[in-house]
Amino acid sequence: MIKKEMIAMLLAGGQGSRLGVLTAKVAKPAVAFGGKYRIIDFPLSNCINSGVDTVGVLTQYQPLRLNAHIGIGIPWDLDRNIGGVTVLPPYERSGNSEWYTGTANAIYQNLDYIDSYNPDYVLILSGDHIYKMDYEVMLDYHKANNANVTIAAMSVPYEEASRFGIVLTDEDNKITEFEEKPEHPRGNLASMGIYIFNWPVLREALIKMSDVSNCDFGKHIIPYCHEKKLRLFAYEFSGYWKDVGTLSSYWEANMELISLIPVFNLYEEFWRIYTKSDILPPQYISDKAHIERSIISEGTEVYGEVYNSVIGAGVTIEEGAVVRDSIIMKNTDIGRNTRIEHAIIAENVRVGNDVSMGFGDERPSKLDAKIYNSGLVTVGENSTIPNGVRIGKNVAISGNTVAEDYMNGVLESGEYIIKAGDAR
Amino acid sequence: MRAIGIILAGGNNNKMKELSYKRAIAAMPIAGSYRSIDFTLSNMSNSHIQKVAVITQYNALSLNEHLSSSKWWDFGRKQGGLYVFTPSITAQNGFWYQGTADAIYQNISFLKKSHEPYVVISSGDGVYKLDYNKVLEYHIAKKADITVVCKDFPENSDVSRFGCVKMNEEARIIDFEEKPLVASSRTISTGIYVIRRRLLIELIENCAAEDRYDFVNDILLRYKSVKRIYGYKLNSYWSNISTVESYFKTNMDFLKPSVRDYFFKQYPDVYSKVDDLPPAKYNPGSVVKNSLVSSGCIINGTVENSILFKKAYIGNNCTIKNSIILNNVYIGDNTYIENCIVESHDTVRANSSHVGSNGEIKIVVEKNERYGL
Repeated sequence: MIKKEMIAMLLAGGQGSRLGVLTAKVAKPAVAFGGKYRIIDFPLSNCINSGVDTVGVLTQYQPLRLNAHIGIGIPWDLDRNIGGVTVLPPYERSGNSEWYTGTANAIYQNLDYIDSYNPDYVLILSGDHIYKMDYEVMLDYHKANNANVTIAAMSVPYEEASRFGIVLTDEDNKITEFEEKPEHPRGNLASMGIYIFNWPVLREALIKMSDVSNCDFGKHIIPYCHEKKLRLFAYEFSGYWKDVGTLSSYWEANMELISLIPVFNLYEEFWRIYTKSDILPPQYISDKAHIERSIISEGTEVYGEVYNSVIGAGVTIEEGAVVRDSIIMKNTDIGRNTRIEHAIIAENVRVGNDVSMGFGDERPSKLDAKIYNSGLVTVGENSTIPNGVRIGKNVAISGNTVAEDYMNGVLESGEYIIKAGDAR
Repeated sequence: MRAIGIILAGGNNNKMKELSYKRAIAAMPIAGSYRSIDFTLSNMSNSHIQKVAVITQYNALSLNEHLSSSKWWDFGRKQGGLYVFTPSITAQNGFWYQGTADAIYQNISFLKKSHEPYVVISSGDGVYKLDYNKVLEYHIAKKADITVVCKDFPENSDVSRFGCVKMNEEARIIDFEEKPLVASSRTISTGIYVIRRRLLIELIENCAAEDRYDFVNDILLRYKSVKRIYGYKLNSYWSNISTVESYFKTNMDFLKPSVRDYFFKQYPDVYSKVDDLPPAKYNPGSVVKNSLVSSGCIINGTVENSILFKKAYIGNNCTIKNSIILNNVYIGDNTYIENCIVESHDTVRANSSHVGSNGEIKIVVEKNERYGL
């Protein structure tokens, strides 16, 4: 008989549209982070480090990279005879087939998967947060409180509280009230989107709420459980936790890794973060190179200068190039004498020689000022930038651009070039 | 592929000094993130040899750890796989391997149970890329009994640590000298052989019946005029590690763009065990010039013309010059290291100095308490 005490369901189907061109072709959980990792590595590593060896990964938006990355789960030791990692895309059924319309709806459509493991508890995770957490400790807490639902929560500044689901608790951390993105928050304990449910409770709620359109944990399932006067508890988490849903928070979280002793430390022996890594040679730093306050991944060759940056694997930074305050992902080439400031450059990009990027005055983005707003230059994957062009701030570039795309060789601040059809 | 592979990884060598006290040479770290056996294993895998035996006995701990999973080289399939043979005491035999031929003899059932017609034998300490299919085609075309992969060394180079061969114009080996004092030829044997499986079984069994144990002395040398032994010239990079100097030089070769390009960028790839280590970190004060840096390193000082293996920590205000820092080394602040090989898992105290002078490479073995510092 198959029996798992707790299995995890990892929501990885969202687009993460606020990451702009970075998620044009990949789901947010598959976006590179910290040089050699991808965002989903953090919850997956947390699972295996917590002893959760059965993980269903719900995919929907652009799943190719995610599928290739997860494979059969070898890097996380999640290739198991029973359990392990299973990728769960939406599927057609004889009655009404539909996409995953909401976070809870996605779980509802996979009741059979969960039932097949006969679990006592189900852990709901999202694939877009950077943190280390022992879910086993959270489960112990859940059991000790005899809870039906436990929500991981952490204190956030009051001014940011309205972006989150806010829980109000009594002195035993029992949740007395739950407000989803309140305009005038009465507390600052924010839900982290990590839930432990007693499976029978969640199962019943999902079936009851199955007709609700876009059924969502924060909007529907948690309020439903609350109304039913179930025992909901908040599990207060005080460690490092970062939502990397926007370009600026994504950039900041990467930059936090390069400080002298990072708060979020990848170099600790305890609680390793695993990832699918290619077998690559060490990095080569030439005698003309200069590197300060940066992290650099395997197989990269540096002939130029790198300051305050996070560099992925297999990158080449040619002679005379200067990279500052930037994130450069896997297999990207930076040409000779090119200067890059405050940029996020995705995978497999070729930046030509003598390019200046991230210079001039800051102007609001004409593409989408809500997304491209911290002065960052964002370049989508598989893009090309020709030799000798000058690029301003708050700029988005995607696709194979040529010199003719840059009027007088300049792309002013706030402008954009999106060449790959559906990329935005 | 119509061959199985045997990797002779049992060797120790006192010319490696302290470096081989705790590990077999096949497990010596190379080029930052590899071990020497990776090159042969990758060649076998890339030549589509599916069944490989690694024969080991001396200090096999780090080698066994490295081979704990065969998935990195894509073995571990239902057909074939990677087998590690260490000596085992049986009712008939209470001995360690007494030589290379004996090592094969003690595992002869591996040969007998296989069905592939050929065997590729290689040592585990060579750094090279080779498609064994090419050697096998040559072996068949020459109707050879044994083919020895050979390498020409430049005139005036010291070949006294190798086996030297003399070939006639059709590449048949007419003379073979093992580690000659004065070599009459600059063509050396790389320790890579192709032989028919049945012939190997026959030769090894004859050898054992006469209480002979060494593959080179008791088979190659003894049979050189009886059997058709041919040389296959290898014209690409080949280096082996058998002395501290050759180990140092082989590693330093990887600072050359041509060598890196050949091994790391050209097809096929070299595989190794992947450790889950974070990217290397360059803190304020770090100055790195012409060096290889592996994952998990944290650098606070100066590193020049050196190779940092995985998880090296270089303290503030240190200078590392022309040196090799092996895996998981901690170097305290204000330390000066030049012309050294720093042994893995070392903890070098702050404010110390280690310099190899007069062209000598100094081996630094410093086992200090790391967390009490």
